[in-house]
Amino acid sequence: MDSLRYKAAIVGASETTELGSIPDKTAFQLHVDASVNAINDCGIDKNEIDGIATTMSPAALAHYLGIVPKWIDNTQVGGTSFLVHVRHAAAAIASGLCETVLVAMAESGRNRVGEQTARIGDVASTPGGRRDSSFPGQFESIYGVAGPTTQFGMGVLRYMKETGLTHEQLASVPVAQRKWANKVPRAMYRDIITIEDVINSRIICYPFHLLECCLVTDGGGALIITSADRAKDFPTKPVYVIGTGESVESPIISQMYDMTTSAAFKTSSKKAFEEAGVTHDDVDHLMVYDAFAHLPIYGLEDLGFVKRGEAGSFIEEGNTSPGGKLPMNTNGGGLSYTHSGMYGMYAIQESVRQVRGEAAHQVDGVKTSFCQGVGGMFMAAGSLVFTNEEPHR
Amino acid sequence: MSSGYNKPIPVPTPESDVFWEKTKQHELWIQKCLNCNKPFFYPRMNCPNCLSDNLEWFKTTGLGTLYSYMINHRPVPGFEEDAPYAIAIVQLDEGPRMMTNIVGIENTPENLILDMKLKVVFDDVSDEIAIPKWEPV
Ligand SMILES: [Zn+2]
Repeated sequence: MDSLRYKAAIVGASETTELGSIPDKTAFQLHVDASVNAINDCGIDKNEIDGIATTMSPAALAHYLGIVPKWIDNTQVGGTSFLVHVRHAAAAIASGLCETVLVAMAESGRNRVGEQTARIGDVASTPGGRRDSSFPGQFESIYGVAGPTTQFGMGVLRYMKETGLTHEQLASVPVAQRKWANKVPRAMYRDIITIEDVINSRIICYPFHLLECCLVTDGGGALIITSADRAKDFPTKPVYVIGTGESVESPIISQMYDMTTSAAFKTSSKKAFEEAGVTHDDVDHLMVYDAFAHLPIYGLEDLGFVKRGEAGSFIEEGNTSPGGKLPMNTNGGGLSYTHSGMYGMYAIQESVRQVRGEAAHQVDGVKTSFCQGVGGMFMAAGSLVFTNEEPHR
Repeated sequence: MSSGYNKPIPVPTPESDVFWEKTKQHELWIQKCLNCNKPFFYPRMNCPNCLSDNLEWFKTTGLGTLYSYMINHRPVPGFEEDAPYAIAIVQLDEGPRMMTNIVGIENTPENLILDMKLKVVFDDVSDEIAIPKWEPV
């Protein structure tokens, strides 16, 4: 096995029945809801599922569904974990460890139903100060950070100085994505916005305005993956996995090798392109995990779609908007569609819908989609290349 | 300094105790590798460049430049009085970067110019701990 190209396909894919604010279900229930939806999407007998990948307890999910799997993956590297799960599942299927894998993800990110911890960004007050010996506790928390909002964009001003990116170009990212969300009924925010709207929204953490930060929602999604050969047995259009990659960089953002570029994005996407044997021009549709407005900018450059310093003008000029030459984040992204905390699963779901030709805001003639995930704050990366083109035999 | 300090407090580990022992004396020390001669931060048992364990702590000049920052408008508990406050990355003249707060100047985009020169100062938050912060030279 020298490559995962055309070894596996996604045959079942679904998000949770509801999305956005779901005050009556725990994250565990949402895992089950998404899993049942994905099973029903392809009509598989659940007893044919012999592999499970999830960031929650695989035992808890398997037992709830009445499955005793031959293969599990509990990789947890943040929001890109599910892209990595798809990669690992394709490798497991290709090497005969199992035949059919369920990948499931869900979070009660907004309502925190049944959660022990506070919403992302909320930090409990401790009289006398929290005492912490972890690396982030010793070298970052002491300076008043509050999760991704106050750290993920730490390199943005540096990037601006080195490349000339303007605040207006940064603001053009949510503007472009809202044009996609405008025709997506399940998107939380759909009204068209302007660069002025973004710049005039309140500052959350400079240089980010409110509209440059992702939503906080409830929801989830699940996938059924099987061998490419077996994919034809299902009623859904096969979404073949042809390229995969993964990587990690730094556990704390202040220690990235260069804060204006993601080493993990570069390593992961390069591997995926090589495996898929496609060029950037072959990519009809792109998803880049967008927790904040700078991520699609880093993504376009680190994945090699544009040269360094060109991503801001590329987006501002409409190239990633409806009608543009590189449709990107066509569900509206984490900035407009939904973001329960680990967005990677929703990026995969939109790639699958576009490759199947059944997206709410469908791009004409999509054959090949590239999906790029981020985990933590540039801590991890995962890359997947999908196509609906049948393998040449 | 007061017993009412409500911000997070670092707890030294066997790898970092020299760092925090020196900040208490208002000196900024980091490590360097005696095999490949490269300085590095955060504290480690092995050089991240060559994995040698032949390391030495040394006193930095305490000088650096402003590499990047964000200005937080939604303070975490303990930081209410400071908001909006910058969370910044300083690049030491010796090379490594670390997170910090900028003091001695109002934290506004107009005041905080990338690559401006900074020098380290120390905030004695308890009898045991002094936290390094940076101010314009
Ligand atoms: Zn060395």
